[in-house]
Amino acid sequence: MTRGLAWLALLGLVATPLAIVIGMGFGTPDSGVPPVIPPIGRDGWQGSLEAWGLIFEDSFYLDTFLRSLRLASVTAALCLVLGFAMAMGIASAPPGRQPLLLALVLLPFWTGFVLRLTAWVGLLRDNGWINGVLMQLGVIAEPLPLLYSDGALLLGMVHSYLPFAVLPLTAALAKRDLSLEEAAADLGARPATVFATVTLPLAAPAAAAAFLLVFIPAAGEVVIPEMLGAPDSMLIGRAIWGEFFQTRDWPAAAALSTALLALLLVPIALYQRLSVAK
Amino acid sequence: MRRALLTLGLLFLWAPVLLLAAYAFSDSRTPFEWGGFSLRWFGALARNERILEAAWLSLRVGMAAASLATLLGLALGWVLARHGPFVGRPVFGALAGAPLVLPEVVTGLALLLLFVGLQALTGWPSQRGAVTVWLAHSALGMAYVAVLVQARLAALDPRLEEAAADLGATSFVTFRTVTLPLIWPSLAAGWLLAFTLSLDDVVVASFVSGPGATTLPVYLFSQLRLGMTPEANALAVVLLGFASLAGAVAWAIRGRAG
Repeated sequence: MTRGLAWLALLGLVATPLAIVIGMGFGTPDSGVPPVIPPIGRDGWQGSLEAWGLIFEDSFYLDTFLRSLRLASVTAALCLVLGFAMAMGIASAPPGRQPLLLALVLLPFWTGFVLRLTAWVGLLRDNGWINGVLMQLGVIAEPLPLLYSDGALLLGMVHSYLPFAVLPLTAALAKRDLSLEEAAADLGARPATVFATVTLPLAAPAAAAAFLLVFIPAAGEVVIPEMLGAPDSMLIGRAIWGEFFQTRDWPAAAALSTALLALLLVPIALYQRLSVAK
Repeated sequence: MRRALLTLGLLFLWAPVLLLAAYAFSDSRTPFEWGGFSLRWFGALARNERILEAAWLSLRVGMAAASLATLLGLALGWVLARHGPFVGRPVFGALAGAPLVLPEVVTGLALLLLFVGLQALTGWPSQRGAVTVWLAHSALGMAYVAVLVQARLAALDPRLEEAAADLGATSFVTFRTVTLPLIWPSLAAGWLLAFTLSLDDVVVASFVSGPGATTLPVYLFSQLRLGMTPEANALAVVLLGFASLAGAVAWAIRGRAG
């Protein structure tokens, strides 16, 4: 009975919706409600490849995908490096202090995602806090165009996704067998050598998981680019959002989602394997 | 060195949030401009019907979604931890983990198309709103609960349940009197996580919601991309206060559960 309920939840709320997305990519836009003709109707197959043609028509969507993957990689790499440093700090604190430090990592997140981003807007915009301070100090005469840029976008991305890297890394580093590092040190390895030859290899699976845990959702991010990024810097999440909400071209949104899923299939499978291996 | 980097990282995480909170107490109408100490924006927040309405809806949807997610996640985690190999198990595992890793824009579109398809076939749901957001957030949350429950079940000493069974308890009684008390911290943590996810979700809710059912994050997103008011700062302070309180409660629960 438990297994029946579990299958029902998975098929109803996960498998079927994904199957519908893939199918809807072969639908045809329409002016009705809903604004789409499904690929399978009463008379059987009536689908089209229009939406997929749109994606491959010119290099716009290809560029969009590449830009998204690049942003996700850079975000994940920065989160990994910063997250690793923070996780080392937390894991080497006294065990009694560790929950408090983890709480300090998580607590800012409870202000809410949107409000946290508005904090960055307030800091970065032309009459914002950073420009105000710099102008009062006389460092600059005109406000710097900080907001709505790739830099602001990256800052917001790293800020939002950092805990996703800190948590798995802290869990892995706090559990590691310290005697291995002591043994290496006793045998004459310098701290940098111990780190590179013992600590880092031990943490590699967790580091890979942390990278993917940031990379995968970051590749489809919508809200952060919308609030902090340059308006002309098109990303795949925004493209799907725009096709759905603005253009109301559901097949195009579905085809783009399918393409994004296909691109993420390998990272997702890799992540699931890593998290099962734990 | 390690401590310096950790401090720097925490500073990076906290700096914008602290500034946001500090300017909630500024009298100035312009956000992030100091105009002397004042609590007027907390008053303005308390009188802002639209924010309060959205917050109330978010709270109800979040609690309902967390509860359903905990129930379904318990079933998923149970099957993953206890049912050994069965036909379709790899597919089961992949589907159970999928909501954790799918980009939210894909999840949102997928669930919306599910509801539209259901409506075309059965007439239900006749319109999208709180109920569809509830189901969508439950689908997101159950995957997180499943991970926690599975880990907890895997770490359990099987002899405790065996002892209960040997003493004649039915499997339901064993579950209720032995297993459930042992895994309830993971259920509580999972509920809280699912609640948080629901309370903070913009993208999925934007897809599956309809007119008249605007959750707090969706409302804030639609307002704040146009420009912010100090009321938003005051709201951040209130949320941070609630979160600290919830954190303290969770801490106490953890302490008691060992």
